[in-house]
Amino acid sequence: MRHIISILLENESGALSRVAGLFSARGYNIESLTVAVTEEPSLSRLTLVTRGSDEIIEQITKQLNKLVDVVKLIDLTEGEHIERELMLVKVRAVNGMREEVKRLTDIFRGKIIDVTESTYTIEMTGAGDKLDAFLKTLTGSTILETVRSGVSGISRGEKGLLL
Amino acid sequence: MELTGAEIVVRYLQDESVEFLFGYPGGAVLHIYDALYKQDKVKHILVRHEQAATHAADGYARSTGKPGVVLVTSGPGATNAVTGIATAYMDSIPMVVITGQVPTALIGNDAFQEVDAVGITRPCVKHNFLVKDVKDIAQTLRKAFYIATTGRPGPVVVDIPKDITAAKCAYQYPETVTMRSYNPTVKGHTGQIRRAVEMMLDAKRPMIYTGGGVILGNGSESLVQLTRTLGYPITNTLMGLGAYPATDRQFLGMLGMHGTYEANMAMHHADTLIAIGARFDDRVTGNVKKFCPDARIIHIDIDPSSISKNVKVDIPIVGSVDAVLKEMLRLIKDGDGKPDAGALKQWWAQIEEWRALNCLKYDTTAEVIKPQYVLEKLYEITNGNAFVTSDVGQHQMWSAQYYKFDLPRRWINSGGLGTMGFGLPAAMGVQLAHPDAQVACVTGEGSIQMCIQELATCKQYKLPIKVITLNNRYLGMVRQWQEFFYDRRYSNSYMDSLPDFVKLVEAYGHVGIQVTKPGDVEGALREAFGQKDRLVFIDFITDQKENVYPMIPAGAGLNEMILV
Ligand SMILES: Cc1ncc(C[n+]2csc(CCOP(=O)(O)OP(=O)(O)O)c2C)c(N)n1
Repeated sequence: MRHIISILLENESGALSRVAGLFSARGYNIESLTVAVTEEPSLSRLTLVTRGSDEIIEQITKQLNKLVDVVKLIDLTEGEHIERELMLVKVRAVNGMREEVKRLTDIFRGKIIDVTESTYTIEMTGAGDKLDAFLKTLTGSTILETVRSGVSGISRGEKGLLL
Repeated sequence: MELTGAEIVVRYLQDESVEFLFGYPGGAVLHIYDALYKQDKVKHILVRHEQAATHAADGYARSTGKPGVVLVTSGPGATNAVTGIATAYMDSIPMVVITGQVPTALIGNDAFQEVDAVGITRPCVKHNFLVKDVKDIAQTLRKAFYIATTGRPGPVVVDIPKDITAAKCAYQYPETVTMRSYNPTVKGHTGQIRRAVEMMLDAKRPMIYTGGGVILGNGSESLVQLTRTLGYPITNTLMGLGAYPATDRQFLGMLGMHGTYEANMAMHHADTLIAIGARFDDRVTGNVKKFCPDARIIHIDIDPSSISKNVKVDIPIVGSVDAVLKEMLRLIKDGDGKPDAGALKQWWAQIEEWRALNCLKYDTTAEVIKPQYVLEKLYEITNGNAFVTSDVGQHQMWSAQYYKFDLPRRWINSGGLGTMGFGLPAAMGVQLAHPDAQVACVTGEGSIQMCIQELATCKQYKLPIKVITLNNRYLGMVRQWQEFFYDRRYSNSYMDSLPDFVKLVEAYGHVGIQVTKPGDVEGALREAFGQKDRLVFIDFITDQKENVYPMIPAGAGLNEMILV
């Protein structure tokens, strides 16, 4: 099962490597990881996507909680939540493909944010599977580069990861 | 008044009532050594290798319950300390290690004697710190001691750049420490404890299995009370020996790979398992798929991540072992539930049948010295009262099997990491903490050579340790595995070119005795322990091919022991 774990972390040097080190040392996988400081400058918020059986996810959350720099965490996938990821894609756009790529981008509610004679750069946000789907539809044209931010997530309603 | 960072370090250690600082000097910590020179409250113990500083601090911590404290220099000082830090980490031993670091401005420049100490030690510490401002030294050390000694204990490294130890600021002992991200749980969940007590009293074939957590959490007394109240059989792990008196009838001996037949069989056939401060290590469970097939499991541990890590449990209780056991005792006393006497009688009858097999018997008529015999005699002559440290190998297992520990904190060994070289330096820490106690280091001719330079430290500080070497001219445990699992291809397990240990220890200024005949074992031990103020090293030339039995081969279940 895929899980999105959201962590409030002390904003200290080395805190991130403790989290990353724990995953490599214990053989857990990380599909994506994003981290940035929060409105409270002493805290960072980290969102991590991982996969594993219930037992493994239980161990992952317990081991993370044990890290002294981890202030609090939740598994977003346990409740209702919103998931977003930002993607930038640069594609080859010449001749007939220019129209086609533009059309697909509109359908997926993306934006073309840079244009040259032969390329488009597209910006798109959404859940991971939407971005995957968009990339699949682009198979007709040449993808030059993709950059994905990794998943950010937040729980719906009153529930949340608060101090 | 302003103090230098170095003076703050030393003042802090004084204020923390640190008796001994185990260390070795070098460039990055010279300011601290200078500050140490000017005082005599904290006694510095100069080891001969930084690994030994960590093991000595570790032995001090295990035998007293207080944190061990270490000071080493940057670069090679820090890397030499890593083995001892990892050893302490695996056995959850409270320790604070101060490492020197190159000056702040040089960090990251591949400066002379620079290593990323925080990075290197990260996977084997409970937590670590790099101090970047002299104003943070006191508070950081306060946090380090707090983290090291609370919750599930462990080593904490504090890395201090040299310029920070020269900079100045005012000092005040930080009375309080608060960390929003670190709040160890102490009290167990009342509802869970109640359910656990019900399940315990409902048992037909109960078994109590306890580990190092009972000793670390000072829960022995409560454990003894609970076990006696219930009348249930009990086993200890290698790390847990001494938590319950080994001479008591209810004690079935150690369990696991080299555990007794009765302990492992009782585990396997139990219908209710009460695991306390133990972590279901692979050396204990054998094949987890075959582990305790019929048992409902209660697990008490201070570390939530220990629960259901290797074996799924039915009633988890997170909390300090002692607090939880006391609560259980209270519930049993106040309630009207009682253990099922009839079922228990049958269960004990079965256990006594297993025990009658006498799985630890060995050939007592041999012409060569049997290692088991040396340990039985050691037990007798020290009246079971010694502190016994060990290294790693067969001698460690024989110590655990034949020395009957009745008290906690008497059996000091590297269980989790299995670090050869641990025994002698650990014994130094123990002897310093207990100057009048009998301290024996049981070792092998392989292990002792890994930290043998510490004989000089023992001389300098007049530590009358008794080194009991079971010299089988083999890396015995390796040889045993090769005999069983590699068709007797003894690849590199023979200890060639051994030194003349008697001459060697004499050169260090100690007393050396070699014993080759069984008839001389007792006399030599008596003589050694008679020399109250000397270190005596006895080189027992033992049976070369003796094996540790019983043994559960890796991957087998607890009921699948090799007996002889
Ligand atoms: C530092 C280290 N290196 C290697 C090992 C692997 N090892 C485990 S037991 C053992 C043999 C120990 O031999 P000795 O100290 O003579 O004890 P014996 O088994 O003969 O009693 C070895 C090499 C270890 N535990 N620690």
